[in-house]
Amino acid sequence: MATAHSIEDGGRARVPHEQGAVVVRFAGDSGDGMQLTGGQFTLSTALAGNDLATFPDFPAEIRAPQGTLFGVSAFQINFGSTSIETAGDEPEVLIAMNPAALKTNVDALTPGGLIIADAGEFGARNLAKAGYAADPLEDGSLARWQLLSIDISALTIEAVKPFGLGNKEALRCKNMWTLGLALWMFDRPRDPITDWLKAKFAAKPELAEANIAALNAGHAYGETAEIGYAFRQRHIDPAPTAPGLYRTITGAEAISLGLVAGARLAGLPMFFGGYPITPASAILHHLARLKEFEVTTFQAEDEIAAICAAIGASYAGSLGVTSSSGPGIALKGEAMGLAIMTELPLIIVNSQRGGPSTGLPTKTEQSDLYQAVYGRNGDAPLPVIAVRSPADAFDCAIEAVRIATQFMTPVIILTDGYIANAAEPWRVPDHEVYQAFPVDFFDESPREGEKFNPYRRDAKLARPWVRPGTPGLTHRIGGIEKSSDSGNIDYSASNHQRMTDIRARKVLNVADTIPGQDIALGEPGEKLAVVGWGSTFGPIHQGVLRARDEGKSVAHIHIRYIWPMPKNLGDLLKTYDRILVPELNTGQLKTLLRDQFLVDARPLNKVSGHPFRIAEIEAAIEASLG
Amino acid sequence: MNDMTPIPTTIKDWETDQEVRWCPGCGDYAVLKAVQRTMPELGVRPENTVFVSGIGCSSRFPYYMETYGFHTIHGRAPAFATGIKLANPELDVWIITGDGDALSIGGNHTMHVLRRNLDCQILLFNNEIYGLTKGQYSPTSRMGTRSPSTPFGSVDSPVSPCAYALGAGARFVARGIDVHKKLPEVLKAAHRHKGASFVEIFQNCIVYNDEVFGAFTEKKAAADNQIWLEAGEPMLFAGGAKGIILDKERLRLDVVDVTDGDWRGAGVIVHEPANRAVAHMLVEMPLGAFPMALGVLYDDPHPTFDEVVRMQNAQAAKGKSADLQALIAKGQTWQVEKEPRAE
Repeated sequence: MATAHSIEDGGRARVPHEQGAVVVRFAGDSGDGMQLTGGQFTLSTALAGNDLATFPDFPAEIRAPQGTLFGVSAFQINFGSTSIETAGDEPEVLIAMNPAALKTNVDALTPGGLIIADAGEFGARNLAKAGYAADPLEDGSLARWQLLSIDISALTIEAVKPFGLGNKEALRCKNMWTLGLALWMFDRPRDPITDWLKAKFAAKPELAEANIAALNAGHAYGETAEIGYAFRQRHIDPAPTAPGLYRTITGAEAISLGLVAGARLAGLPMFFGGYPITPASAILHHLARLKEFEVTTFQAEDEIAAICAAIGASYAGSLGVTSSSGPGIALKGEAMGLAIMTELPLIIVNSQRGGPSTGLPTKTEQSDLYQAVYGRNGDAPLPVIAVRSPADAFDCAIEAVRIATQFMTPVIILTDGYIANAAEPWRVPDHEVYQAFPVDFFDESPREGEKFNPYRRDAKLARPWVRPGTPGLTHRIGGIEKSSDSGNIDYSASNHQRMTDIRARKVLNVADTIPGQDIALGEPGEKLAVVGWGSTFGPIHQGVLRARDEGKSVAHIHIRYIWPMPKNLGDLLKTYDRILVPELNTGQLKTLLRDQFLVDARPLNKVSGHPFRIAEIEAAIEASLG
Repeated sequence: MNDMTPIPTTIKDWETDQEVRWCPGCGDYAVLKAVQRTMPELGVRPENTVFVSGIGCSSRFPYYMETYGFHTIHGRAPAFATGIKLANPELDVWIITGDGDALSIGGNHTMHVLRRNLDCQILLFNNEIYGLTKGQYSPTSRMGTRSPSTPFGSVDSPVSPCAYALGAGARFVARGIDVHKKLPEVLKAAHRHKGASFVEIFQNCIVYNDEVFGAFTEKKAAADNQIWLEAGEPMLFAGGAKGIILDKERLRLDVVDVTDGDWRGAGVIVHEPANRAVAHMLVEMPLGAFPMALGVLYDDPHPTFDEVVRMQNAQAAKGKSADLQALIAKGQTWQVEKEPRAE
């Protein structure tokens, strides 16, 4: 059993342990601290040894007007005693902090599920803002579900009274009261939360105490209140996991750590150029604190300067990294072309969000695949790797650094808003197991009478990396087409043909160094292959698993290497009768697969800003086989 | 690599074998020669020198310098230079740019490299025209400039490069003329200044904008229309017959006649390069009523961006070990000893 600190809250009655999984959604006003509440519940759940996945879903506005439907911020967690791959389809428990949160979320709740609502917020004003003609807590319209209506606001104010906070400040502790109740409900430890509160409010101990009091009051409410059947306490057993040290990690953290690890494996200092943009900024924030790892971060004046500075740093011998989201990546396009032309290593992280243009800054989408693979002027190929989950981001970042430095090329890492913000348990790897790929800067002066040729290549077709400052090797590079060995300007037709071919071939050579395409679930030659990439791994995997349990002949193939693709992928796809490609876009990987392999890949598309539900995948499998 | 006394170089050490591809008679040739002539006097080595450029006629410059060179993309040279200098502060970084490159498409980067005060030299070749794209008017073109894109004359006000630089927070602002013998002295001063040194070089485009600076560069007009400023020296021109005074009532500069060399009597002011207020007035002097202010107009060093970044990085890293394993295992963790059994 997981020795999850075994933080049992004193000698309470044993809660019956059960197997399975449960989905809980916290929803409230964007000022209610729902993301924080969800994050802390996640931490406590992870410490209890459950596998889990989360889905933070929040508005683009920092503080949308209070009580409005568009100002609702939600956090969903799916945790269980089995392997959890998605944040769950339908929540069983909805915690609604106001009428707007109820209205926008209640339809997702599974029939018979439990609603916990803060009755104190269901006044006439808030009801009107949410567009309720009558109070849903009173009018019987929620009869499909179990309803627990509690005046959380009043109970919180009462709980924090001893600390002399103003009314507004007191109400800010509501989320901790709610968290306390949720922790009791699922028999989760409170200690990690109280530790965290003490650390967070170290400078204002009275706030720490008030929040802890609210947390304890919510917990005590669960323990003492006489409430109905639906509201029984549950304990979901820990999930069977490989032994080891675990922590929770978000995609943004994992990318950052992976980049640091990758730079270490390459033996390079890292230079990160970034410009604030949702949802990519978190990577800049994480890296900015890691100076002791030879990381220099630079908040540039714009997206273009961010990538250009990163390329400059690579030119000078650092690992240049830049990160953004779709609109920012678009701005970086020209500079990526220069990095391709001058054949310098560079990592570009795209935390995708809904597009086009500003689109849906806080919602997830996978619609930048074309942009990554094709989105530059000229024939400008570069390797593209897609991250499938927060934990996977660590390995993908290392892999990107390996490819960039070994092949002297920019590499794009595609992640998305969902992965960036979502958390999952991560077995901390032993970084020693990763094979180092130290960079060997070229520093041999040419012999008397000879010249240094910056574009003469090795067997992989990579050119030498020379740091300015190296005697005897001064040379010039730039974006103009250059002679295939000396690098001098050369516009001749035959040279441009040769250089275009070499640039394409070099990138294709990356395929020699990546693993062959595996099958995540199932066998070659089944009736249907469901092929996915990126953050849709979870729902696709679960959907295929359920279909297989029903005896259906279906396999799951998940593609990490978007460009170049694994060499066996085409042959593998051709063993299936049918191919279904679910994507959170209008069919981009589908097009790529058709183009590369002339296979009849069929799309399943969704662009609602939310991940696939498992049921949607199941239904599509059913329809494909039908 | 960087010895205390670098091995001396000659002009030959700074010339490449590449054929120079500017139009015959272009002012760029003169600037190239001036830079190549200046380098040996700076006590620097070619391998520690990087020339970074954007796009435009002037941006071909790095190909002709036997140093490390990076011909980048339009307007972005300052951003590349920032990455280069932060990655390796030992490098001596020169940015070569033009009026379109630095003030139109790259105006944003010019502003930020100056306010950050990256230690580098910025040579802005101003010819008041887009040469490489065949003669369109540029952001420094005077109103009424007729060009293929403004056949009836341009209608927008030009930007003054040095005023822009000062406004952006530059700590060193100078002017030179492509063919003028004092250009190397200006370049040396720019190199001496630690921080972003901004040098506007009036450069004649013989094909699309010939003689646009003739009013003050032509031989017979030069004496009356150029004032070369020297630190600690009175602001005199026209062979000492005229000088610049500060009208303290109206807070503006004026031109006065100086008789018998009595500049003090005439109230002529002495050039103090660290005086920012006067620098603002000098760069704004309208030609005609005033001479063109040339030489080092403003020079007041300030900690450089690269220096401060390095210092902060070192400070933040102080006492912390770069233990990667500890980093990835940070935060609240839990140990799973063996797989749990269902109860």
